[in-house]
Amino acid sequence: MNAPPKAITGPSTFLDDRLGAGNFLKRNLRKVFPDHWSFLLGEIALYSFVILLLTGTFLTFWFKPSMGEVNYLGNYAPLYDVRMSEAYASSLHISFDIRGGLLVRQMHHWAALLFVAGMTAHALRIFFTGAYRKPRELNWLIGVGLLTLALLEGLTGYSLPDDLLSGAGLRITQGVAQSIPIVGTYISFFLFGGEYPGHDVIPRFYTIHILLIPGILLALISAHMILMWVQKHTQMPGKARTEKNVVGAPFYPAFMAKSGAFFLFTFGVIALLGTFAQINPIWLFGPYNPANISAGSQPDWYMGFLEGALRLMPAWEINFLGHTVTFSVLIPALVPMGIIMTGLALYPFLEQWVTGDRREHHVCDRPRNNPHRTSIGISAITFYGILWLLGANDEISSVFHIDLYTTTWVGRFAVFIGPAIAYWITYRICIGLQRKDAEVLSHGVESGVIKRMPNGQYIEVHTPPAEDIAEHIRGKKEIPMLVGSADGDGIPPKGARSAIGRLRTKMSEAYGTDHVPLTDGHHNGHHEEEHAAVGAGERKELH
Amino acid sequence: MTEQNEYPESGRVPTRVIGTPPADAPIEEHDPIHVPAGVEGVIPQDPVKVRKAERMVAFLFLITFLAGAAFIAAYVIFQVGTIDKTAASNYALGGTLALALLSLGAGVTVWVRQIMPKYNLVQERHLMASDADTRGYVKETFLQGADESGFVKHRLLRRTLLLAAAPLGLAPLVLLKDLGPLPGTSLRHTVWGEPMKGGKPRRLVVEGTGQPIRAADFNSPGGILSVVPEGYEEDLNALAKATLILLKFRPEEIKSGTNKNWTVDGIVAYSKICTHVGCPAALYEQTTHHILCPCHQSTFDAADGAKVIFGPAARPLPQLPLGIDEEGYLVAKSDFKVPVGPSFWERGDAEAEVREKA
Repeated sequence: MNAPPKAITGPSTFLDDRLGAGNFLKRNLRKVFPDHWSFLLGEIALYSFVILLLTGTFLTFWFKPSMGEVNYLGNYAPLYDVRMSEAYASSLHISFDIRGGLLVRQMHHWAALLFVAGMTAHALRIFFTGAYRKPRELNWLIGVGLLTLALLEGLTGYSLPDDLLSGAGLRITQGVAQSIPIVGTYISFFLFGGEYPGHDVIPRFYTIHILLIPGILLALISAHMILMWVQKHTQMPGKARTEKNVVGAPFYPAFMAKSGAFFLFTFGVIALLGTFAQINPIWLFGPYNPANISAGSQPDWYMGFLEGALRLMPAWEINFLGHTVTFSVLIPALVPMGIIMTGLALYPFLEQWVTGDRREHHVCDRPRNNPHRTSIGISAITFYGILWLLGANDEISSVFHIDLYTTTWVGRFAVFIGPAIAYWITYRICIGLQRKDAEVLSHGVESGVIKRMPNGQYIEVHTPPAEDIAEHIRGKKEIPMLVGSADGDGIPPKGARSAIGRLRTKMSEAYGTDHVPLTDGHHNGHHEEEHAAVGAGERKELH
Repeated sequence: MTEQNEYPESGRVPTRVIGTPPADAPIEEHDPIHVPAGVEGVIPQDPVKVRKAERMVAFLFLITFLAGAAFIAAYVIFQVGTIDKTAASNYALGGTLALALLSLGAGVTVWVRQIMPKYNLVQERHLMASDADTRGYVKETFLQGADESGFVKHRLLRRTLLLAAAPLGLAPLVLLKDLGPLPGTSLRHTVWGEPMKGGKPRRLVVEGTGQPIRAADFNSPGGILSVVPEGYEEDLNALAKATLILLKFRPEEIKSGTNKNWTVDGIVAYSKICTHVGCPAALYEQTTHHILCPCHQSTFDAADGAKVIFGPAARPLPQLPLGIDEEGYLVAKSDFKVPVGPSFWERGDAEAEVREKA
């Protein structure tokens, strides 16, 4: 093609005359995006959000956010003439009377689950590769905000259909709100328009769910994307990849097409799930009534860790001066969420404080190369995971025939011991993997070729590793350390003299010490076939 | 054997193990990637493979077309209404939609990977921080603007502006006040405390049927009923606090925690609303007299004043004083003596207050 067709030149000239868009496109059309499978995790969340907006809009056309009571006269026979809220009746209407309604409702629910799952996986990728480091701390904070908002969005969403299960979730939410010291009863009365359940909460949650939170999400997601665009994407270590460049495929046409395809895959998988994997069959639960509940009630997966925390907590409540503080609700409702979200938000700054590292980072760490960070992350996952698992302890108990209270007791200890064990194991695995890397560089890899030596001995020939992999391994960076008292003239620097300063230096030393420095095989000159086989240690003798 | 080992052929290497050279690379060679002429970092595909891929992509796009058309057809053909019809429509619509989307996605992916060139483009990065000159200029401009505006010089302007903003900032918060009534003491009472018209005490009725309960008829020990207040069978706000579980014991089974003055012939009524976060404590184990809340597994001993024996609930389920009216039906003698349901700040140790009064 020598000249763009008129259908394109016409409008683009029109736009450029008025907006000067050419300058923007000149800089950005061939913007380079690095490639790695883990960079797609965030895209899953992004596309799920788009699908949520599309399917959610469809649902609003029929959903009636009202707690007014009606007798159900629709097509679903088992509930015919049953008294229920208009919200529940219209949810049944969407499911049974609107063609594609059930599909879209199920896709909306699946997309919501995938949205939070995608965000979580993406956040973990960012964490374990250190991609939150300068200059990306702000985007990391936006991400933590997005994750928190997504949980709220999910909570307000699954409360809307007003079936028995959604009502149970709402009741727990209300009980938690009511337990907050000083303002709890006021929060509950203002949220529910009086006593629970009242007639206001579903219309209010509806506004929050379809307008307020999605609006903020949209704004924050846009900011997230713009910052990513401006700061350019991080890249994995590898051949010719440095802190000063970015290597990969251009936005136009390759990245654009790949992303488009990935959107279609996400959409397609959500459609598959919405078709074949039943989710939230509200017609089986019946209308909400605060006097009823079904056993085995579970929230959506992303609320499971809070549910587990509520279940694990021992009874603990204090009364003083005519007031009540109920720690058996407050601690599980606030502390795990607080630890995880605050911990995530502060981590980049704590790490900077410990390492004293103020440089920009654009090449990702491989998780093994920062063993303490990786161990902290895995222990947080273990903490979260145990709470999450115990959010279904009744199911565990009934499926595996374990005594119910035993599961609770195991959980109460595991939630403290588990993360510590996970820390230790992860640390050892990281060091082990680093040693393996060092060995690959210094001794090469097994070629599968057995060679007979002149003296009749058999050895396995080692060859140097493939260049791309060797470069990937050599991308390991030193973690900076603060200068402690041991260095220099024995006089510690000013900041390191106080108790906190000494602690900081110690932590810095532990965090930054490289136990397995890479000894590059390069300086040995040209690799001979036998290179790695020389020396008794590497000799693999066959008898 | 030996001969082959001494002259390894690259074809012998089965699949690539991490760390080993690519299968098609000779074991010792330098950079095997052959970059054809053209733009640096843009590596064209093999034309033969491109032609093959083109047919593949076209085939996938054709599937998308057919599946998309089938989706529209399914919308027209499959009607909804009954469970079976809705299920059939759901499979037809969802299946065709998923197929259309997935094969379109697959087509575009094959296009990108096998028809578009391979890219290895390099772009430079620059420090995010702007240079010192720019920073200096911005600083100067900021100071100049602050000066020109008079914000710094005119103290009165500054202070009255802040003063003006304060009530306006509070206004939206004030507007939220009518979101709900103030709690007052409403959490301390239930409808059991309100007598019926004519001053008669309120009867207990079975949830669902609305039947009043004659003490003599509820006579099998170990029995349990879910009970609501007469006249409020459909009032969800009332039910959220006033729902009861009614249990029948043999007299010798009842322990000291239960107030026997509030029982009728071994029939005891407890609030069904869990004292943890308010789920209905709906599960009952007859042999152990345990009431279990399915939400967070708080467990109460029904024979012993519903005291907590496991789980996160900190207080027993409140007991309702029961009596019988002249026709022999169970009624509430009074409201609960302590607030029901989850704890709240203003609650205080209501149980201790009751004990002191007694």
